[in-house]
Amino acid sequence: MRILVNGEATEIQASNIAAVLDELLYEGEALATALNGQFVAREQRQETALQAGDQLEILAPMQGG
Amino acid sequence: MQLYGEEIGSRLLLGTAQYPSPQILAEAVEASGTEIITVSLRREGADGAGTGFWQLIKELGVKVLPNTAGCHTAKEAVTTAQMAREVFGSNWIKLEVIGHSDNLQPDVFGLVEAARILSDEGFQVFPYTTDDLVVGEKLLEAGCEVLMPWGAPIGSGQGLRNPDALRAMRAHFPNVPLIVDAGIGRPSDACMAMELGMDAVLLNTAVAKAGDPGWMGAAMAQAIDAGRQGFAAQMMERRDMAVPSTPILGMAVFD
Repeated sequence: MRILVNGEATEIQASNIAAVLDELLYEGEALATALNGQFVAREQRQETALQAGDQLEILAPMQGG
Repeated sequence: MQLYGEEIGSRLLLGTAQYPSPQILAEAVEASGTEIITVSLRREGADGAGTGFWQLIKELGVKVLPNTAGCHTAKEAVTTAQMAREVFGSNWIKLEVIGHSDNLQPDVFGLVEAARILSDEGFQVFPYTTDDLVVGEKLLEAGCEVLMPWGAPIGSGQGLRNPDALRAMRAHFPNVPLIVDAGIGRPSDACMAMELGMDAVLLNTAVAKAGDPGWMGAAMAQAIDAGRQGFAAQMMERRDMAVPSTPILGMAVFD
């Protein structure tokens, strides 16, 4: 199915957030996720199912003021 | 200085953006003696850029204050704060809810709303706010224990546009840590903020965009220290007229 990952239309096989991170080769602990504007904690990623058209945000630390 | 129960030695909080290189950022952090640096969260590519930056930050060995920079609604800011807490493992959040994209002034209504939600969720909120006293009161009611009034628009380097308002904040909130956030351009601006009785200064561009960021970090630290000591030592009142410093008594007469 097709979802938006960080604003980009992306075709995925995975059906939950944890699996999407694996499928798209995201690694490391310093990642946070939100689905359709709602924060999804690390331990909820596995159980958070995805539907076509969902908006997934994957954020990581960056320089800031 | 106590911030949410933590004893902090340095009164300079430093941003981590816009440095010429990670190495120069590290030099500036060290030279400034800061104990708190601000960081942000942004979309991560599969290249792991953010993970690399986080590694660098951890090696600096200072406390991290994540921000919600760029958020324009309370909801965006709350979600960003929740994500930041998971990544950085801290309840501290520099709360920014931007109300206007030209001058980046805070949307104080969204700010108070987000501050209340986050405080209720156990966050320790550092709100980037205006110098308005009533907004300050609402933020304290919402659960904030620190206020961060602006000196001038973010990144403008204009210094303190309204020193009287900051003086009024100091008088009105004698026991609340006040941190001037945004607008500092020069060491003299930072010194003046401290002379007004502010507890600390948060700045970024003034150091990052200096010709020598490391040197400027050190200069800012000294200016903040001088201003703090000046405030503590209680400065003289201004006078309208000249008053001779050298006694008149005992002057010779030559005519």
